[in-house]
Amino acid sequence: MNSDAAMLVLEDVSYAYSAGQWHLRNQHLALPTGRICGIIGPNGAGKSTLLKIAAGILPCPSGKITLAGREMQRYSRREMAAILGYLPQLVGSTFDLVTEQVVAMGRYPHLSGAGFLQERDIEIVEQCLRQTETLAYRRRRLSELSGGERQRVMLASVLAQQPKVLLLDEPTTGLDLHHQVTFFQLLKELANQGIAIAVVTHDLNLAGQFCDRLLLLKDGELVKEGSIGQVIEQQILRKCYGPEVLVSQHPLTGGPIVLPLADIETCQPGNHSS
Amino acid sequence: MTELLTRKKFLTAIFCYLVLTVIVLSLTPFVGSENLDESVIYRELTSGTSADWSGDTRIFVSQRIPRVLLGFLIGGSLALVGSVFQVIFRNPLASPATLGVTAGGAVGAVLAISVPALAFQIGPISTVQLFSLAGSAATMFFIYLMARRPQGLSMNTLLLAGVTVGILAAAVSQLIRYLANPQLLMAMDRWLMGGLDVIGYQQLGALMPMLLPGAGLLFLQLNNLNHLSLGSEMARGHGVDVGSVQRCCFVGGTLVTAAAVSLAGPIAFVGLVVPHIVRLVSGYDHRIVLPGAFLAGGSLLAACDCLARTIVAPTEMPVGIITAIIGGPFFILLLLRGK
Repeated sequence: MNSDAAMLVLEDVSYAYSAGQWHLRNQHLALPTGRICGIIGPNGAGKSTLLKIAAGILPCPSGKITLAGREMQRYSRREMAAILGYLPQLVGSTFDLVTEQVVAMGRYPHLSGAGFLQERDIEIVEQCLRQTETLAYRRRRLSELSGGERQRVMLASVLAQQPKVLLLDEPTTGLDLHHQVTFFQLLKELANQGIAIAVVTHDLNLAGQFCDRLLLLKDGELVKEGSIGQVIEQQILRKCYGPEVLVSQHPLTGGPIVLPLADIETCQPGNHSS
Repeated sequence: MTELLTRKKFLTAIFCYLVLTVIVLSLTPFVGSENLDESVIYRELTSGTSADWSGDTRIFVSQRIPRVLLGFLIGGSLALVGSVFQVIFRNPLASPATLGVTAGGAVGAVLAISVPALAFQIGPISTVQLFSLAGSAATMFFIYLMARRPQGLSMNTLLLAGVTVGILAAAVSQLIRYLANPQLLMAMDRWLMGGLDVIGYQQLGALMPMLLPGAGLLFLQLNNLNHLSLGSEMARGHGVDVGSVQRCCFVGGTLVTAAAVSLAGPIAFVGLVVPHIVRLVSGYDHRIVLPGAFLAGGSLLAACDCLARTIVAPTEMPVGIITAIIGGPFFILLLLRGK
């Protein structure tokens, strides 16, 4: 991938949690404008760690991160948030906030002092509510929303930052099939509007359908980076996930689809039960 | 029509809390064990010189006003700290006493009372106040060392260390009481019940060097605290310098609590319940909750102290008992409502 045109570039980034032996080793990531990069891999691969380092949530003890052509350390937290939006896994709230209040919080990097909203900010909040289809429950409290609705509200809050780079950590966890698809469709629209997106996901089929490139990690190391066809490949996935994986062809799109195999012996070709 | 907080809505809400405060502060100085004649006080204050003042006016100016102001400042400070701690610890049961600073201050105060030979006065500050401040400072320093991490303060450790140190400090206070001269136990118990009965303008002034910077640090976090209620990762993502906010809240909260406890002793429930009342009335935006809790907490304690001065007149009841009697059932009501 051409890192010169990328909005966010991670070069040779490593990280170790102090308590264990686990290391994220020498990772590279480049997010160009208008593209979705999927970060996939089994549990403990380092996907979320990589995303947190990219978002400046975790420190970057070695390597270099460049955001919009400038080294990340040179940004204040507020300056960074005006360019880069980060949606963590399963955001909870101590208090039962109202939907539009949560979305309005995303204006923080663009406001000073007590952060009172101007007309322009209120317009942007409305636009983000509309974009994420959360306008209908703008007055509802978080406790009155389903998991999927709440996740869209949190995405709206991040979009209110008007970021040029969007990093999302397992954003479709807990969502039903319809909401997973609509969530990724929204990501595709955002990418088409020129936002660089990286999304950590366990859903290889959604990643295969909506991402432009994939990064496959295992045990803190890069296994494969490339296009969907290069990464969603049976031998490569079996290296990471074990033998219980079957890569087939989507009947409509012709793209790769990944199926779990409960019992390898009985699932060999020709062993169909009637 | 949006429900988002604009400058106008903010000012309207604060104006309502200010009206409540002005009503309480203008009525409570006239109520106490001695009935004061309002018309005489008003006439003498607006026309005569202080040399011509009657007894009523002297009591009003030299005792009631500073006492009401102290009650207001202490109550407001405790409610302010409670509002902040409930957000940074993400725990609705957090209060100024959560970090053990109150219990640490109590150890110092009980120690000072138990050794009468230690009694001295530095300006308006008594030994009891000084030892209470030292006890609070030692607690603050200890839990800070425990919770310090390379990435910033660990809120979980701060909470657990604070609660543990609080229990430990309470045990030390009990030990000092057990070993102390029995004749001094009354004075210790009286301090531990919390009260506003030792006061003059100088003592009020002595509170300011800790109260003002501490409260200032907390008020600077108004908007940041809203983001922290969504968790530290989401707050960082929004652009909040979470480590700096947590440090400011810890330092500001402990300074304010130490100053309040040194003068009034441990006063229960104001710091726990008032923030919840304000959230029920005004919602969860901490740009309103913090100043609202300060004004409402101050008004509540000033009003409770007014009760404390009158219901068992000519003696006084410790205000800590009144706030607990009112705050306890109210908090149970809140819990039942939540259920």
